[in-house]
This record gives sequence, C-alpha cells and structure tokens, in this order.
Amino acid sequence: MGEGIEKESNMAEPNVTLQVTRYRPGKDSAPTMQSYSVPYHKDWVVLDALNHIKDQIDGTLSYRWSCRMGVCGSCGMMVNGEPKLTCAAFLRDYPAQEIRVEPLANFPIIRDLVIDMSDFLDKLKSVKSWLVRKVEKPLAEGEYRQTPVELEAFHQFTQCINCMLCYAACPVYGLEPEFLGPAAIALGYRYNMDSRDQGQDLRREVLGGHHGAWECTFVGECTEVCPKHVDPAAAIQRTKVNLAKDWFKSVLLPWGTR
Amino acid sequence: MSGSAIRPDISKLYHAKMPATWWLKKPAYLLFMLRELSSVFIAIFLVVFLIQLSQLSDGPEAYVAFARKLSSPAWIVFHIVALLFALLHSATWFQSTAVVMPLRLGEREVPRALVFAATIGAWIAVSAVILILFLVLRG
Amino acid sequence: MSANRNIEPLWWALFSAGGVVAAFLVPIHIFLFGFAVPLGWIPDSGSLFRHGLVKIYLFVLITLPLYHWAHRFYFTLNDMRLGLPRKPLAILCYGGAVVGTVMTLWVLLRI
Repeated sequence: MGEGIEKESNMAEPNVTLQVTRYRPGKDSAPTMQSYSVPYHKDWVVLDALNHIKDQIDGTLSYRWSCRMGVCGSCGMMVNGEPKLTCAAFLRDYPAQEIRVEPLANFPIIRDLVIDMSDFLDKLKSVKSWLVRKVEKPLAEGEYRQTPVELEAFHQFTQCINCMLCYAACPVYGLEPEFLGPAAIALGYRYNMDSRDQGQDLRREVLGGHHGAWECTFVGECTEVCPKHVDPAAAIQRTKVNLAKDWFKSVLLPWGTR
Repeated sequence: MSGSAIRPDISKLYHAKMPATWWLKKPAYLLFMLRELSSVFIAIFLVVFLIQLSQLSDGPEAYVAFARKLSSPAWIVFHIVALLFALLHSATWFQSTAVVMPLRLGEREVPRALVFAATIGAWIAVSAVILILFLVLRG
Repeated sequence: MSANRNIEPLWWALFSAGGVVAAFLVPIHIFLFGFAVPLGWIPDSGSLFRHGLVKIYLFVLITLPLYHWAHRFYFTLNDMRLGLPRKPLAILCYGGAVVGTVMTLWVLLRI
C-alpha cells in the first residue's frame, strides 16, 4: 500500500519538494540549495518538475535539456546524489517526498544546474572520435563493407550520447581532472575497433599516454550509470589490453611493422 | 566554421574539490576500496608464508615450530581476515576477466555470467588439485 | 609522454599476471598454511618445498602477486588523496615488489 506519493488522489494531490542547486557566478561564492514545491504526477520525470518550476514558479532557474527522451544527452544532473538523465528519472521512483537536484559532479558550474563541458569536448577531439583513413577510398570504389561480426566488434560503443554521466560517476576523473575519462576512451576504442578505421597509431599517444587509459583503476561506476549501456569500463580495459600488446610488440620486436 | 568557441573563464566558475573520504559516500566506492586493499592482505600473507618457508634452512623442527606460532589466536584472526579479502579479490577478479576478455564462440559472444561461472569452476578445480597434491606429496 | 616510452604497460602486465595467480592460488594456500598446517589438520614438515619444481611454483606464487599489490597499492594511495608525492611512492611500491622478488629468490635458494 502506498507511500504517500503512490496514493491515487481523491484527496488533494500531494506535492514533491525539489531541493535544487542555485549558483550565480561572480555573485555567489558557493552554490546554495533552493526549495521548490512541485505537484506530483506519477508519469512525471524530474525534467518535467524542473520545467514546471521554470514555467510557473521561478523563471531564473537555468538548466540544459532538449529531446526529453534519452537520446540527446543534454539533461544529465545529479538526482539524490546519482548521475542521471533527468528526462529518465521518474518522480515515482523516489519514495521520499524530497528530491535533490544538483549539477553533474566533477565539472565546473557555470550557473545553477549548468556545467562547463569544454574539457570533455577537448578530450573527445583529442582521441580523434571520427574515422581516420591512411588511404582515402575514392567514391568510385564504392562503400566500405562490413560483416555483421565486424560491426558487432564496436557497435555497442557507438551508442554513446555524450551525456557525461560516466564522468560524474568516475572518482578518478573527480580526483584527476586531466584524466581522459570513460566516454572519450570508449569512443577512441570504438573507432579503433571499427574495420573502416586506420587511425590506431594516431590515437595511441593519447590513449596510452600519461592521462589515458592507464589512469583508470576499473572502479566500474561509469558502466553502472551509463543510460545507453555502452559499458565504457569494458572499452577501457580492452584498450589497456591492446595498448599492452602493442607495447610488448614494439619492445620485443622493434624491427617489426605494426 | 571558425575554431574559436566562446568559452567561460573556468577560473571564475565554482569547481568542487573531491573530499578525501569520497570512497565512503557510495557503497560501490567502498567495495572498490576494499577490493583494492585486498592486495595488501594478500601480500602480507605471502610474506608470512615466505618467512615460514625460510625456517626450513634451519631444519624441519624450525619450520614446525613456526607453524605452531601461527596457531595463536592473533594469527588465526589475521588469516581469517586475509582469506576473506583473498576471496573478495578472486570473486571481483573473475568478474573483471569476463569483462576484459570477451569470449567469442563463432558469431556470438559468450554471456558474462557463463564466463564467470566457468572461471569459478576452474578456481574450485585448481584449489582441489593443489589440496590433493599437497596431501599426497607433503613431507 | 610518448605511449611507447611509457612503461606503464609493463607494470600493468605484471599486475594482471599477479592478479591471476592471486585469484586462483592464494585462497587455497591461506587455507593450507594459515589454518591446516598450523592447527595440525594436515601435519607437514616442509620437505616438499626443497624440490626444484616446487621452488619454481613457489617463486611464481609469491612474487607475481607482489607486483599486483605494488601497482594496486600505488594507485590506491593516490586515490586516497593523502597528498603523498608520486615518485617516492612509486619507488616504494614497485621497489618493494622488486625487493620481495630478490628475497624470495634468496630464501628459496637457501632452503
């Protein structure tokens, strides 16, 4: 039988209290929490509650969102201390009637719930998250063909929506902001494993460098929080295996070509 | 498109520092830290074992005498703790192996739960072999 | 740091090998030499350990997990934010494993 939040209403509709981070750069020295009372709807997600706040209660609240269906990766925030897409966090899944909404952990805060993601974007660029060819194939030669097995080698890792929940969950990134991080390494792996790609050599410096895959200690929380089941932890460990193989080859057979 | 994006001046933004007790904040982090610390207990056990072996250079009586020292309550407690940590290491290690080394059979990937179960089976088998070999070959 | 001058892969490979050895072999050995032999469940006078092949097995059993410990402990100390300087820590941990390797060799050759 119900927690208060579950009861159908022939009584006055219960409300949910949202504790939301407020921060104005230049004005506030540190973030504070502001309390908002939001009507409870059993089909609402936290994003709906935030939109209600912005529309009806406090238009000054700032946050990112877009598709509201879990494919754009814009609305990542901490909900009760866990990194979540707010468009996928249902109010009914939080039994206590108070929900804490904070900006994504481990990132600098621009304002309220908006974080600065330029570091992540730089890292994405540094792993060359696109197909790299040593020899371009002219259009006249037709398309690149891939067998289902070749596709399966990297398909799972193409599902990344760049939502950065994994960075919020990763304690190594929290402790060492220079760490490449789960999504960037997973995407480097995705392109390395793509049969159409010829860029492994170019990525090796970054992936195998000082702040690359070796800094990961396989906590595994990145995989736990990923909303698209990319499994970045697996990608990182497999990257380590590949890097180690390459390293031993280059040390034991220095005359060999890769 | 020009490459110069408009970026906030990061030095003006608020960036929380991770507390040194970060690993106490989430059960998953605590389990991670315990897993890492298991390596310490495994190392200590192996050093104690090495010391036990080194007694043999003074003859089997020294070896037996040292083994008797290890029967004290303090050492038994240590070995219980070490065994628990060693089992934690084995369980988490076998779980990791299934993630790190995907096993392909033809076109499909063997499900991780199966790889994990098979590794546990292998561990039981290896342990049994060691036990039997020791029982048979010991002096 | 160039990926090929970075010797991290070496430590990681040793860490992995040590992890495998520890995972498969350490529990049964704790049972045998932490409980069974000291408590007299399985009487033993240690003569088995004088054999060459057994010594090789013991060398692998003892030294590889030391490198597993060194790598893991080095990263853990950094993760715990104790503010300890990296280079000396690395020397302590990996150096400790090397010292352990030498001592194991020395003991096994003497018994």
